[in-house]
Amino acid sequence: MLGGCAEDPADPTTGGTGIGGELTVFAAASLTESFTRIGRDFEAAHQGVKVTFSFAGSSALATQINQGAPADVFASAAPAPMATVTEAGNGDGEPVTFVRNQLVIAVPEGNPDRVTGLSDLTRPGAKVALCAEQVPCGAAARMVLDAAGVALTPVTLEQDVKAALSKVRLGEVDAALVYRTDARAAAADVDGVEFPESAEAINGYPILVLKEARNTTTARAFVEYVRSDTGQAVLTEAGFQAP
Amino acid sequence: MTRAVPTRTRRTGRIPIALLVPATLGMVFLVLPLVGLLVRTPWSTLPQRLTEPGVLTALRLSVQTASLATLLCLVLGIPLAWLLARVSFPGRRVVRALITVPLVLPPVVGGVALLLVFGRRGLVGSWLDSTFGVTVPFTTTAVVLAEAFVAMPFLIIAVEGALRGADTRYEEAAATLGAGRWTTFTHVTLPLVAPGIAAGAVLCWARALGEFGATITFAGNYPGRTQTMPLAVYLALETDLEAAIVLSLILLTVSVVILACLRDRWISSP
Repeated sequence: MLGGCAEDPADPTTGGTGIGGELTVFAAASLTESFTRIGRDFEAAHQGVKVTFSFAGSSALATQINQGAPADVFASAAPAPMATVTEAGNGDGEPVTFVRNQLVIAVPEGNPDRVTGLSDLTRPGAKVALCAEQVPCGAAARMVLDAAGVALTPVTLEQDVKAALSKVRLGEVDAALVYRTDARAAAADVDGVEFPESAEAINGYPILVLKEARNTTTARAFVEYVRSDTGQAVLTEAGFQAP
Repeated sequence: MTRAVPTRTRRTGRIPIALLVPATLGMVFLVLPLVGLLVRTPWSTLPQRLTEPGVLTALRLSVQTASLATLLCLVLGIPLAWLLARVSFPGRRVVRALITVPLVLPPVVGGVALLLVFGRRGLVGSWLDSTFGVTVPFTTTAVVLAEAFVAMPFLIIAVEGALRGADTRYEEAAATLGAGRWTTFTHVTLPLVAPGIAAGAVLCWARALGEFGATITFAGNYPGRTQTMPLAVYLALETDLEAAIVLSLILLTVSVVILACLRDRWISSP
């Protein structure tokens, strides 16, 4: 994974298309399920390609990329972390938005507290987890709460959306604001309650081939694949919206 | 003096290069990351950053919780160490292994385990919630518990070692002179192993101060209540590398000062 993986475009194993070798994709934690599947599909479509993912908070990934982490493609859950990468001159071309995501209120399965909207989260004794404002889901949560004029005091500000969700799954909080896709991925344990104010903070997910990519041809092909009908179908099924 | 010099030179000359090279590399490997932190520190803006309210809040909370955790470890850990060192009971080796598990356990696993016990649906937590309406996660108490869980083995190991090394004849003499078991423990044993307890407590405090994984898993992250310095570092890294470096530098400084004070007692003991 650490270098030495660059493929010669004329390498016969790539079948002449130049697509082959190892590809390292840094992707937002909220893309874990859908990108894992897209990666497998992409490998199946292109013999000899091995896709490796690093899923984490977008901002942490952006920091790692700017500190020289070996990555070919970066998919961020919001424009801000992507901007830190492009401003540092680490992008190859311009990022493109490939999906959008919206917040829902994640509640335990069956919605025992009958939560129907944001205002229910301010009930006395209600324990709510939000993401910290430093990460995209937290920034989006802040925007929708402000837009709705709801003064909500969470019990914790989690470091990423999956951590906030797991606090609901464990029963430690009564609700959390997470992406629709994360609630859907955890549908066995949680319900996602839609609320109108979530339209105030629809996150666009940008994707970009990185300048330091050792495998630009394959990296571009992967980005194209994500944006293709096949890729978009996987993402839509996960709960993402078209860009 | 003049005599000592040639002796030392000869000794240095005898150090095999096969040891010297890896030893130097090892030292560089351990120290270089710390140097990296110093090199990248934004010294010019350091004073303002240090006095930012969020930094001081996190530092104060860290110092308070680490101290409370150390206190808890002393109260529970010293008797436990005494039991391990002085009383022979079946399964002692298993007990010793179990209570030192947090030393090697990934702290985040400790956090999950604590949630499953003290969480709202946990073994003890659900009872606390239904009986007293008390929930532990997301409170400062949870931070103290998480820190104590990972730090207590450090204290126990240090105190048990000191107890095993101590001369039991003093305790026997006290008993012969009519002192009760408790009096013997408080007036003879404790003063005898005081240096070991001090070393263990300092190490325990330093470990508690640096605790991250169990805290963020079990106690969550809320400024002023559960956001300790390591958590603040992690979140600062999301948006502001310089802030993360400054916070890291504070933790590093505190740790080095603490460990330097321990040098003779713990690190270079034979």
